[in-house]
Amino acid sequence: MPAPRSRPRINPLADSVLLVELGRRVDTALNTRALALAAALTKKNGVREAVGGYASVTVHYDPEQVTYKGLVGVIEKLARGRPPAPPPGRLHRIPVVYDGPDLDEAAATLKISPEELARIHSKPYYRVFMIGFVPGWAYLGPLPEELRLPRRRTPRTSVPAGSVAIAGAQTGVYPLPTPGGWHLIGRTAVPMFLPESDPPLLLRPGDRVRFHPVEKR
Amino acid sequence: MTAVLEVEEHGVFTTVQDLGRSERRAGVPTGGAMDRFALAAANLLVGNPEHTGALECTLGGLVLVALDTCLVAITGADFQPAVNGEPVPVWTSLFLAEGDRLTFEGRRWGARCYVAIAGGVGGQRWLGSVSTYLLVARGGYRGRQLKKGDRLETGVEPPRPLVAGRNLPVRLRPPYLDEHRLAAIHGPHFTQMAVRARKTFYNATFTVSREADRMGYRLEGPALELKGEELVSFGLAFGAVQVPSSGQPILLMADHQTAGGYPAVAGVPRADLPLAAQLVPGDEITFVTSTVEEAQKRWRALRAGLETLKQ
Repeated sequence: MPAPRSRPRINPLADSVLLVELGRRVDTALNTRALALAAALTKKNGVREAVGGYASVTVHYDPEQVTYKGLVGVIEKLARGRPPAPPPGRLHRIPVVYDGPDLDEAAATLKISPEELARIHSKPYYRVFMIGFVPGWAYLGPLPEELRLPRRRTPRTSVPAGSVAIAGAQTGVYPLPTPGGWHLIGRTAVPMFLPESDPPLLLRPGDRVRFHPVEKR
Repeated sequence: MTAVLEVEEHGVFTTVQDLGRSERRAGVPTGGAMDRFALAAANLLVGNPEHTGALECTLGGLVLVALDTCLVAITGADFQPAVNGEPVPVWTSLFLAEGDRLTFEGRRWGARCYVAIAGGVGGQRWLGSVSTYLLVARGGYRGRQLKKGDRLETGVEPPRPLVAGRNLPVRLRPPYLDEHRLAAIHGPHFTQMAVRARKTFYNATFTVSREADRMGYRLEGPALELKGEELVSFGLAFGAVQVPSSGQPILLMADHQTAGGYPAVAGVPRADLPLAAQLVPGDEITFVTSTVEEAQKRWRALRAGLETLKQ
């Protein structure tokens, strides 16, 4: 049964940016609607960029081309309509060596073996819910219930690029060496950030990702 | 292109910036000048399009030597620019002759000054912009801050004719020297603040902390108490004010993270971001309420000043 469709909450983020919130939870149906709305808004007059979130769209617009009120009207009309069927999203198979520095500790906390953790982590087809934080970072999920842990109490000041990590209901791959508070369970050689490509990233919202375990080399 | 300026001293922190890029969908921040008005004005004063590479010099210390005759303009913060030791006008186009030394004698006010050259500061163009983005070492001068000995080339042939003495009068600039009052529009999560915190937000004085850089400023002041559900991450914007669970607000600036989940309680509009860009740690600010329409009107008025430079 489809989720009941409530009116989106639309509010300014600044004087040329607004946020459309369709909901405030991690949900594939909400995310699908958000991405469809972002795609539709990108084509509208005066919209410079429409960025999909988990359950929201951030719209950067040119007030000389469209007023705030006018744009709110456009969005409400789009949100009332039936969203177009989402494109299937590309599938990415990503090899992972499950030997991260937090693997054993995370497995112990979850009361499973490290091998079991790797097996459970590499089973689902994850959805790319959104892109952000740093260039090329993809928020993937939902993570199976058995693997959910709060973030590390003390974040690392630098996490190597390619680290495969989990936190809460999410998983992801660090595209760049950055600080990070997630549990590092493995690593991949597949680059997430592609600075010479346009767009400069591998994973896009709506894509699917499946990890598969490979042996150390 | 031939080199026109050599960096004799790189100063505290100097980078090439323009008006930024539009690749937030890839997680890439907009980047570009912190004070977009000052960079745009500097470019227009020397006859460049607004969206041209120029230098953003933070806190001063920069020394440039002209390798050839060139037309420059210095805008933004007042670091007391001088050529061969003599004070020169700011917000005004002026010629440097071969061998001239442009120095900054000390900070009078502000955080960032801009130096534009006719023809633009050349650099690596990445995703539609020459803005330097240090995290990924892309854009601008080899993706890094300037260093002593760097030689800067113009981006294109300088526009003709070169006109010295073009000026943007004080009344057409943002009111930099007034009290630090920043307009703040109610953001999507304004009501995630407890009722008392909503009043505090507009009544209290906040101080810019030492954690203040191109990504954003952490502000110190009375803690703003949050209530209600936790949010899921959403796309952010330059000027948004977020409140993490500590209750100490963060003002997002040009290199801000593109997404986050802390409540966005308010947004500082474009007309006030030049003032925000010129804040240094220890500066005190207050927020005053504004509607979107009022803020857009104020930006239009500021833009009208820039338009006079295109005539």
